[in-house]
Amino acid sequence: MPKIKMPKGNPSLDMTPMVDLAFLLVTFFMLTASVRMTEPVIVDTPDSHSDKLLPENVIMLTVDKRGKAYFNISNVEVRTKTLERMGKQYNMTFTPAEIKAFGKMTSFGVPMNQLKKFIALSEKEKEKFVSPGVPLDSLDNQLSYWIRFGHIQERTLAKEAQEKAKSVGRTFKDTPLRFAIKADGQSNFLNVKDVIKVLTDNDIYVFNLITNLEKGDEKK
Amino acid sequence: MAEVNTGDGGGHGKHDKKRAKKSSTRIDMTPMVDLAFLLLTFFVLTSTFSKSKVMEIPFPKDPKDLKVQQKVNNAITFLMTKDNKIYYYNGEFYPKNNKDGKPPTTITATDFSGKGLHELLLDRNKPTVDAIKKLEERYKNKEIADTTYRRLAIAEQGRKAVPEKGIVAGLTVLIKTDDKAVYKNVVDLIDEVKICNIGIYAIVDMMPSEKELIDAASN
Repeated sequence: MPKIKMPKGNPSLDMTPMVDLAFLLVTFFMLTASVRMTEPVIVDTPDSHSDKLLPENVIMLTVDKRGKAYFNISNVEVRTKTLERMGKQYNMTFTPAEIKAFGKMTSFGVPMNQLKKFIALSEKEKEKFVSPGVPLDSLDNQLSYWIRFGHIQERTLAKEAQEKAKSVGRTFKDTPLRFAIKADGQSNFLNVKDVIKVLTDNDIYVFNLITNLEKGDEKK
Repeated sequence: MAEVNTGDGGGHGKHDKKRAKKSSTRIDMTPMVDLAFLLLTFFVLTSTFSKSKVMEIPFPKDPKDLKVQQKVNNAITFLMTKDNKIYYYNGEFYPKNNKDGKPPTTITATDFSGKGLHELLLDRNKPTVDAIKKLEERYKNKEIADTTYRRLAIAEQGRKAVPEKGIVAGLTVLIKTDDKAVYKNVVDLIDEVKICNIGIYAIVDMMPSEKELIDAASN
C-alpha cells in the first residue's frame, strides 16, 4: 500500500498582497488627510436628527459660549481676496506674508484693528488667545462687511472661473455659496439671533445650522 | 551584500571558491512593513470622516409694516426661557382685559422629552401626519412618483382651512425666546418640528405681555 504523502507545508506565508494593500491604504490616507487647523474656540454644537451634510463652499459664522462671533470662509482664494477688500475698507494694508498666513487660518474672532496682531501669533499662542469676537453692533458692524465682501468676492471668482471655463469650451459646475451658523448649544439664543440678523440684513434668508447627528433614536 | 548573482562565474564545479560569496537576493522587508502598518494605523485613527451635519432653516425678511398683525389660523406658540423651560399656548394671544372679551391666554408647561414636546406636536399636527403617512404608503407602493410625493407632502403641510368640509389648516409653530433661552433648546424645538412634519414655523420676537406670563410661571 502506497503511503499517502502529505505535502510539506511551507511555514512562511506569502505576505506580498497584504503589504501591497497596506501601502495602498497608507497612500490613500496620506493623500486624503487634510491638516486640521486649530480653531480659536471649541464649540459644542447641539444635536439634531438632520442628516444633511455641510456644503463645500461655505461662509461659516461661529458663536461661542460667551456669545462672541467668529468668521470663516472655506475657500482660501476668497478668504485672501476678502481680506484685501476689508483692508481697503478700513484703510489697512496687509503684507503678502500676512495675506498668505490669513489664507491658512480658520475662524477668527478679532476686530480689524487687532487682526494684524492675531495673524502674527503662533499656533500655540492662538490656542491661548481669548478672542474678543468680531464686532457686529450697529455702530461698528464689521461682521456685516465681512459677509458682504466675502459674498461679493466669491461671486466674482465664480464668474471668472465660469468665463475661463467657457473660453476653453468646458462646462463649469458652480457650487453655490452657502452660509452656516455654528453656535454652541449653551450660548444665549439672543447672540445667535444677532448673527442671524446680520445675515438677513444682507438679504440672506436661507442658511444652515451646524448640528451633530443625534445618536440613539428613541423618539421614532 | 545584496548583490545579484548572475551566475556568470558560477558553474565551475562544486568546489569553486566564489560559491562562498553567493548571498541571498532577498531583502528583509520586515522593518519597512512594520513602518507601513504603523503609518496605516496612525492615519486610520487620526483621520476624521465625519463631516458636520446641518439643518437648514429659512428666515423671513423683516416685514415692512410691523403694525399689521398676521392672522394665524391654526397655531401653537412656544415660549422658551432659562433652565430649559418651555411653555406653550394655542391659537392667538389674548392679553388681560382685551377688547374682544376673550378669556386671557394661559400658558402650559411642557418639556423636551419624547413624552412632552414630541407627543404634543404629533397630536396637534395629527391630520397632517396621518395624511403624509398615507402619501408615504402610496409612494412606497409605487402609486405616485417621488416628486409627486414631495409636492403633495409640502402642500399638505401648508394646507388652507376649509371649515365647511371640516379641514383644519396646517399647523403653524411660532418659536419665541426670552433673553435667557439657550440656543440648544431652539435647535431641539426646530428639530422636533421637522420630525413632526410641520411645514410652517418661524422664530419671532416675544411680546412683553408674553414675557410677563412666563416670568410669572417660571418663578
